[in-house]
Amino acid sequence: MLDPYKIREDFPILKREINGHPLIYFDNAATTQKPKQVIAAIREFYENCNANVHRAIHTLSQESSELYEEAHEEVARFINAEGMEEIIFVRGTTEAINLIAYAMSFQGLAKGDRVLVTLMEHHSNIVPWEILSEAVGFETEYVDVDKDGALQFQSLEDAISAQTKMLCMSHVSNVTGAINDVKRATEIAHEHGVMVLVDAAQSVPHLPVDVKDLDVDFLAFSGHKMLGPTGTGALYGRRELLERMKPFQGGGSMIKNVRFNETSRRCSISFNDLPWKFEAGTPDICGGVGLTAAIRYLKDIGMENVREHEIRLAEHAMRLIKECTKVKIQGPEDTSRRCGIIPFNMEGLSSHDVALFMDSYGIMIRSGFHCAQPFHERLQLEPTARASFYIYNTCEEIDRFCEVLKEIENL
Amino acid sequence: MSSVEEYVTRIEEACGEDKQFIVVLRYDLLKEAIARILERAKVEKSISQVVFDLDYGGVSFRLYSTGKIIFRNVKGEQKLKKILGEILL
Repeated sequence: MLDPYKIREDFPILKREINGHPLIYFDNAATTQKPKQVIAAIREFYENCNANVHRAIHTLSQESSELYEEAHEEVARFINAEGMEEIIFVRGTTEAINLIAYAMSFQGLAKGDRVLVTLMEHHSNIVPWEILSEAVGFETEYVDVDKDGALQFQSLEDAISAQTKMLCMSHVSNVTGAINDVKRATEIAHEHGVMVLVDAAQSVPHLPVDVKDLDVDFLAFSGHKMLGPTGTGALYGRRELLERMKPFQGGGSMIKNVRFNETSRRCSISFNDLPWKFEAGTPDICGGVGLTAAIRYLKDIGMENVREHEIRLAEHAMRLIKECTKVKIQGPEDTSRRCGIIPFNMEGLSSHDVALFMDSYGIMIRSGFHCAQPFHERLQLEPTARASFYIYNTCEEIDRFCEVLKEIENL
Repeated sequence: MSSVEEYVTRIEEACGEDKQFIVVLRYDLLKEAIARILERAKVEKSISQVVFDLDYGGVSFRLYSTGKIIFRNVKGEQKLKKILGEILL
C-alpha cells in the first residue's frame, strides 16, 4: 500500500502555505507537482551532461544522447511497447494528437473518409480533426456517450462504416474521470479495419496501461501529468504504422541525408530511423531526462498501488461530498469505473465561485468546462468544479476540502 | 495618468455561466485596490472579511480578499474596464 505521507516528503511545494493555509493541491488532472528526484535529475543534467544529441562525437554529446535514448526506452517499458522505435517524444498529448492528425491527413485520409471522435473528448482531440476536415475534406463524426460520460458501444458500432478510417477516443475522461473500455472499443474498430488513437493523458499517470494488451494503434500522453516536466509527452505508435507514415515536421535529426541534385535543382531526402524520423530539431533532452526520473519514481511505487490509492481517495471524497445537500457529483458512482477525478456542481454558486472560495482556503481546484465544452453540453452540465487527486493527496486533505465545501454551502 | 492596468494584472472571460469575468488584482497593490473598491462600492454582504458581495451602480460582483473579483452580467470587456476604472482609480 502506498504511504502518501512518506511520498509528500519528496514534494517541496507541498510545504507551502497559500493565503495563510497549508496548500492542498487538488488540480492534478491539469498538472502534477514534481518530486525532488525529478528536480534533481533536471539539475544534474544541466550541471553535468548538457549537450545536443545525435550530432557530435564528443563525450558530452554521447552522454546526452544515451540519456535521451534511455528516456525513450523507459517510456516504452512503462507502457509495454516493443521498444523505443515506437515512442516519439512530443510536448504533450495535444502535440501527439496533432502529429497523428496531420501525418494521416498528408497520406492516409482523403475526401469521403470518416474520422470518429467521441463526444467526451478534450478539445485537443476535437479541434485538430475539425481543422483538417475542412482542409482535407474528410468528415469528422461524433460518437455518443452515456449519462456518466463513458463511450456508448452501440453508438460506436452504428457509426462505423466502410469509409471510417480512424477512431479517436479518451481512455479516461478529464471531466468525469470515467474509464472507457478501450480494449473493447479497439476490438470493434479493428474488426472493421479502423485505426485507433487513444488520448491517455488521464490514464497513463493513474493506472497500469499496456499498449499490447489494449491493442491500440496510437496512444498519447503528457509527462507533466505524471510528475514529469512540463513540455514533455510521448506518442506511442505501432511500429509498422510509423514506418509507413511520412514525418509531420521536417528539420535536423529526422533525416539521414539531404542531397542537392544539380540536374533537377532539387534536394532529395532520406528520413532517419524510428523514432527520430518524427522528432525534428533539437528535442527537449532535459525534459526526457526528467520524464525518466518521474517514471522511475512511479514504478518504485507501483502503478497498481497508485490506482488503489486513488480509488480510496475517490471513495472517501464521494462519501463526504454526498453529505453536502447542495452539491451534485457528476460521473460514475462506481469507483472501479472512474479515476480520482471528482467534478461537481453546487446549487446557487458558479464553479468559478467555488474554486475562488477554495483558493481563499489554500485549496487548488479547477473550474469551468475543462477544455471539453461539447461534452458538458451533451450531458447538459453547467461548468463544473473539479477536484482531482494524485499519489501525494491524503484523506485528511479531503476532510479539510469537505469542511470548506460545507462552509461554502452554508453561506 | 493612472490606468486600470496599474491595479489589474489579468481579466479573463470565464466559460459559460452568464458571462462572468474574473479580474485578478496586482499582488503588490492588493491592499490599496481592495480598500478603494470597498470605499466606492456598496457592501451587500461580507463573509469573515474574506469574501465581499458588492454592488456598484446596479452591477453586482464578488470580491475575494485574495485579490480576485467575479463580475456577472457585464456586457463586454470595455464596459468592465469602465467600471474598474471608476472603482479603482
